[in-house]
Parts: sequence; structure tokens; C-alpha cells
Amino acid sequence: MVLKVMSANQAIAEAVKLANPNVIPVYPITPQTTISEYLAKFVADGDISAEYIRVESEHSAISAALGASGTGVRVFTATSSQGLALMHEIIFAAAGLRAPIVMADANRALSAPLSIWNDQQDSISERDSGWMQVYAENGQEALDSILIAYRVSEDHSVLLPSMVCIDGFILTHTVDPVDVPGKGDVDKFLPPYKPDHAYLDPKRPMSIGTFTDPNYYMEARHDMELALVGAKDVIAKANAEFAEIFGRTYDFIEKYRSDDADTIIVAMGSICSTIKDVVDEHRDNGEKVGLVRVRVFRPFPTKEIYEAIKGASNIGVLDKNISFSVGGVLHNEINAKMDVKANGFIVGLGGRDIKPTHISEIIEKTKNTTKTTQWIGLNKEEL
Amino acid sequence: MIEVRFHGRGGQGAVTAAEILAKAAFEDGKYCQAFPFFGVERRGAPVMAFTRIDDKPIRRRYQVYKPDYVVVLDDGLLEVVDVFSGLKEGGKVIINTSNGVETSKGAEIHKVDATGIALDILGVPIVNTILLGAFAGVTNAVSIDAIIKIIKETFSGEIGEKNAKAAKLAYEAAKKG
Repeated sequence: MVLKVMSANQAIAEAVKLANPNVIPVYPITPQTTISEYLAKFVADGDISAEYIRVESEHSAISAALGASGTGVRVFTATSSQGLALMHEIIFAAAGLRAPIVMADANRALSAPLSIWNDQQDSISERDSGWMQVYAENGQEALDSILIAYRVSEDHSVLLPSMVCIDGFILTHTVDPVDVPGKGDVDKFLPPYKPDHAYLDPKRPMSIGTFTDPNYYMEARHDMELALVGAKDVIAKANAEFAEIFGRTYDFIEKYRSDDADTIIVAMGSICSTIKDVVDEHRDNGEKVGLVRVRVFRPFPTKEIYEAIKGASNIGVLDKNISFSVGGVLHNEINAKMDVKANGFIVGLGGRDIKPTHISEIIEKTKNTTKTTQWIGLNKEEL
Repeated sequence: MIEVRFHGRGGQGAVTAAEILAKAAFEDGKYCQAFPFFGVERRGAPVMAFTRIDDKPIRRRYQVYKPDYVVVLDDGLLEVVDVFSGLKEGGKVIINTSNGVETSKGAEIHKVDATGIALDILGVPIVNTILLGAFAGVTNAVSIDAIIKIIKETFSGEIGEKNAKAAKLAYEAAKKG
């Protein structure tokens, strides 16, 4: 293993180089831009033979990705925030047409007010599209998640697109040591994509994405539901094989000192690294605090999360998103799907830095279990 | 853990400096992390960048509020930003300046005429690599050999050589005090 110091955006680009897609349509947007730049350089330097399409918008990027995927080849694209929002129409079409596209989303707040900084509102707002979603904690996991995403998306029992979500700036622009796997190992894990379902080929004419009357639409959506739920087995198998080849273990959730914890924090993405430091501090003081990190958000790992948190007296769920008048999405899904009473905390919207003192405040407030939602880190003088 | 905060203006290379420092520390066998905080994305706007160095892998990902060291690329920022904010007791501040600088905060301040060195050796007022040389000399938190190696990896050819020379000069000046 050779560690190199790089940003998560570079780590994603390195993963894409290893996955060797045939078509890369991308449109740059902060803080995703350097992914587009690294990939453009790889193509220009001949490091990968992909067709790099410089499209005129994100709507075109995902449309070109869907069209290319429809011809039965491997495709990659990346976006962020307003770009993902502009893709919205085709995001649903890509899942419905069962296109195994892999896309990186550099998580960034949505307008208005205009913000280039991190939260997870952009990808959370696409949660009902049928895409799989993984939230990476660091650059290494970002890289590895791209490779696993192709394996799972292209599995013939799944055929749904994947979104690998990385926190804007906090991961996209942070450099730290990352292991870039060897091409030989990646080829063992991720063979070339061979479609055997519906794909466009002049020698075998067919139509894809046709009008569907009420006799068939529900069946198509039902198939998507079965495929997404069934993807859990494929993800588990891919994770196990990944661990065998690369020595790094991933799961639907990560449990950090949570087994005997009476207070458990649940969160997604890069904030979990800071939470681990805070958990250690509280453990040093004899408090039984732990973290459950949700890594795979779609398909939603209801059973895994419930098993991990059901024994705790106090549960606090962090959301870098808000469904107005309802609260954080992860918080509400946990309370809706599980026999628990979790408190919700809205944190880090629009790049508001989440400090260890905020996490300790949440741990304290979680001790009063009310299922309510509280906003942490608001500037009191602005209220 | 050593935490460093860089203050610069958009386009001055504070982010690159933080990354070179992280990579140099990694070259020295340490774990590292570096990341920027942009105000607005345009040249001249105040920016911060942070580097963490430790013997263990680094997890925390919030901004640096209690730095061991602060590096200021532009002394004009002293009027608009509190560069001393949260500086640890015994912390050091390295400032690019050719003027007198207020030292009322009680911090240990090291003044470097990085712009002068830059104009002399590079022919352009780009000071980030020079301040990294001074940083290595003042703090001993990173080796000058690693700084020079990463400078040459970051900037190829003659530009890399000149930046390495300028950094070495600032390092030696800092060592002499």
C-alpha cells in the first residue's frame, strides 16, 4: 500500500481512472470542479481512453450520461448543488431506465441564499429517485465507494444508478493520505461492464424509454423497488469481496464504540470523523457514548441501524438537511421506520462549521428524549 | 498535534502553501491534513487555509481555531482579520512584511520580507514557498529538505528550482534569527 496525499476530488478522479469508463460527460461546478479537471487531464494525457464530453449544462451532462449508458457502456459524471437540482428531471429518468451510471456529488447547499459551502440538502432532495446513495467519510472511502458503486450498479439484478456523496470543501478540497489501489486488483474486483439487458445497438433495433400506459407503469416502479431493496445483498457481497482484495472493510453502517453505549449519535459523511474524536473524549470521562455512521443511505439499512441503536437510552440524529416543517430527513426516517425515540439535530447548513463543542452540546441534549428537532450552532444574535 | 493557520488573499497561494506543508510533513513520516476556507471565490479576497500534522492519523475536520502557528502572507490583512485569534500560548506568528508590525498581542512574531526575496529571486511577488522556508526554520515542525522536495514536485522546471532556492534562503535567514 502506497499512501499519497490528495484531496477527495482527486481520489474520486483516480477511482474513475481505475474504473475506466467509456464516456464522461461533465459540467464543472464548485466544489466539484477539480474532478472535471483531473478527468479532462487524464483523457488529454491518454491515461484513459474515455470520450470526454464538455456539455453546456448539468441537464445535458446527465442526459448525455443516460444516452451513453443506454448504448451499454460504462459512464461517469459528477456534479454538485444547483447542478444536481438542474439534473433532477433526468435523475429520475436514469433510475427508471435502469441505467447503471455512477455519479459523484460534491455536497453543497442549495440556493437561496446562494452558498458554495457544504451541507447535504442537494443529494438528500434526490432520495426518492431510485438512485443508490453512499455518503463517504474521507477521501479513501470516496475512492473505494466509486469502485464498489460500479460493481453494485452494473450487477444484472440491480441496474440502478449510484451517487457517491462527498462533503463539499470538507472532503473535496481537503488533502490527506489516500491509498490508490493497483490496476490489477481493481480489474479483479471490477470486470468490464457487459450489458445483457435492453441497450441500443443498430444490429438489434429496439426502443428504450417509451410511453407507458397505466397497465404497466406501476409494475416498472414495483420492479425498481424490488431491485433497490434487493441491492442490499449485492452490496454486502461486493463489500466482502472488496475487503478480501483491498483489505478495507465497508458496511451499510459503521459502529464506533456504540455496542455498550447508552447515548448514540447517528450521522452521515465527514462530520463522523470529528464525532469519533468527541466520542473518545466522552469515553475518557467514563460516559458511554458511541457513534453509528450511516454510510449507505439508499437502499435504507433499516435493520442494520435499528440493531445498532435499539439498546441505547438516548439517540441523537444529525442532519445537514431540512425538510421544512418536518425536520431532518435521516432523523424522521429513523423514527418512522424503527421503534425508537430519537432526537433530531439540524447542523452545518451552508457550511456552518461543526465544532466539537456542538457535538458535546448534542450529546447533552440527547439525554432528554423528546423526538423533537433542534437547530445547533445558530448565531443567537442573528435571530 | 500541530495546527497551522494560513492567512492570505485569493490568488496568493495560501491554499497551495497549506497543501505543500501537509505533503512535506507526510514526507517526514507524519500524518497530515490540509484544507482551505474561502471567503468569496475571487482574487484579493481574504482566504484561510489550515494544516494539521500529527504522529497518528488525523480525524477531526473542523477549522483550526487554536493554532500553534499562524502564517500571514500579506501584512495588509492585519487591518481586516484578527490573525492572532485563538493563538495558543507560546504560539508563533510568521508575517510577510517589510514594515513594522504591531506586536501588542504578546505573540512571538517573526517578520520575513518575503515579498523582497520573491522579487529578487522569482521576479514576481509570490511569497507562499518563501514563507514555508521561514516556517521550517522558525518552527522545526517540518524539515526544509521535505519542503524543498515538495516545492519541486508541485512546480516543475525552473519555477520549482527558483522557489526552492527562495525557500532555502528564507529558511537560513530564520535559522540565523
